[in-house]
Amino acid sequence: MKNDEPGSDLLRGKLVRLSAVSPEDLSKLIVGWIQNSEYWRLIANGPSFPLSQEGLRKFMEKHLEKDDLRSCFFVIRTLDGDRDIGEIELGGISYARGESYVGIGIGEPEYQGRGYGTDAMNIILHFAFTELNLYRVSLTVFEYNPRAVRAYEKCGFKVEGRAREFFQREGRRWDLIHMGILREEWQAQNA
Amino acid sequence: MTNPISTPLFDGKLVRLTPLDHEKDPEIVSGWTHNAEYVRMTSLEPVRPLTAAQVKKQFEQIDKEMDEGRRLFHYAIRPKENDRLIGEARIEWIEWSNGTAQLKIGLPDPGDRRKGIGSDVLRMLLRVSFRELNLHHLEVVLPEYNVPALRFFEKHGFKIEVRRRQAVNRGGRRWDLISMAILRPEWEALNEER
Repeated sequence: MKNDEPGSDLLRGKLVRLSAVSPEDLSKLIVGWIQNSEYWRLIANGPSFPLSQEGLRKFMEKHLEKDDLRSCFFVIRTLDGDRDIGEIELGGISYARGESYVGIGIGEPEYQGRGYGTDAMNIILHFAFTELNLYRVSLTVFEYNPRAVRAYEKCGFKVEGRAREFFQREGRRWDLIHMGILREEWQAQNA
Repeated sequence: MTNPISTPLFDGKLVRLTPLDHEKDPEIVSGWTHNAEYVRMTSLEPVRPLTAAQVKKQFEQIDKEMDEGRRLFHYAIRPKENDRLIGEARIEWIEWSNGTAQLKIGLPDPGDRRKGIGSDVLRMLLRVSFRELNLHHLEVVLPEYNVPALRFFEKHGFKIEVRRRQAVNRGGRRWDLISMAILRPEWEALNEER
């Protein structure tokens, strides 16, 4: 198993590392990413809207400065060139139940579909299972995003059900797909 | 034919959906938070008894959420014949642009169960959700050990959609967390049958 020594760099993968980011820098990045409405529509089910940098910065200040570990937000930074290409977050963490949700987005189009997101997801699963000691990680993904479903399956997530007609976009209703991975499943595939 | 707008939304056959009473209710709800069986059946949060003063603060938070967030409706369940608080009901996590929400019903006193009160409440919540709020997808999330609730919602037309494997850790073992849902067309069809 890679990176399993306590002294090794937990937050570093093959292509990227997960890093802290200031509200100022993050809001600049996200304003650029969500100007592309497709990015928003692939990661969020609320109405797509080009938020202002000032509004986002204020929101992120509050969001990033909570240190209760109920959520862990990282920017995804390339090892080659130190470029910030996306975001990943464990959210809604329940330590009593041992569960967290994960959300990920690669905002820079030229880095999509090339293994950067998968690398970031593998890092955060390692972090969730061996540092936060969670028992399962959950996510939801939209029916119109089959590429993401395949990527998550590659990381070991299994489909656990579908919320039928859960949201409406472009004049029709779409399912919300629920996926999850358990610690022992993750351990077995990384053994 | 009676005007459908005249149909009472908050008066059922047995009970009423009413607002919280910030003076009288906190004492009763504080008692509910000490009832571990009830909390473990209805909440995923660890059991945590609260004083009446703490509950009063929660009520203020609920009012604030209803007023500012506009994503929550919280009801106090009371009998038709008096003002005794016997339970709580919520339409929560409303997502307006997609027409989705979660429902919650709690009747803490076992003596109030198996009398049709839950069905009465659910009938009202569904009617409000589909005919007043114009929602499309209503969900309940239940741990697999809450068998009576799973049966109850199934009986009222909810279908199992998601099984989050082993997402609950209680009483020394892990349990699945089950999501059930009913869609507006499904509810309309059931209404026509009856």
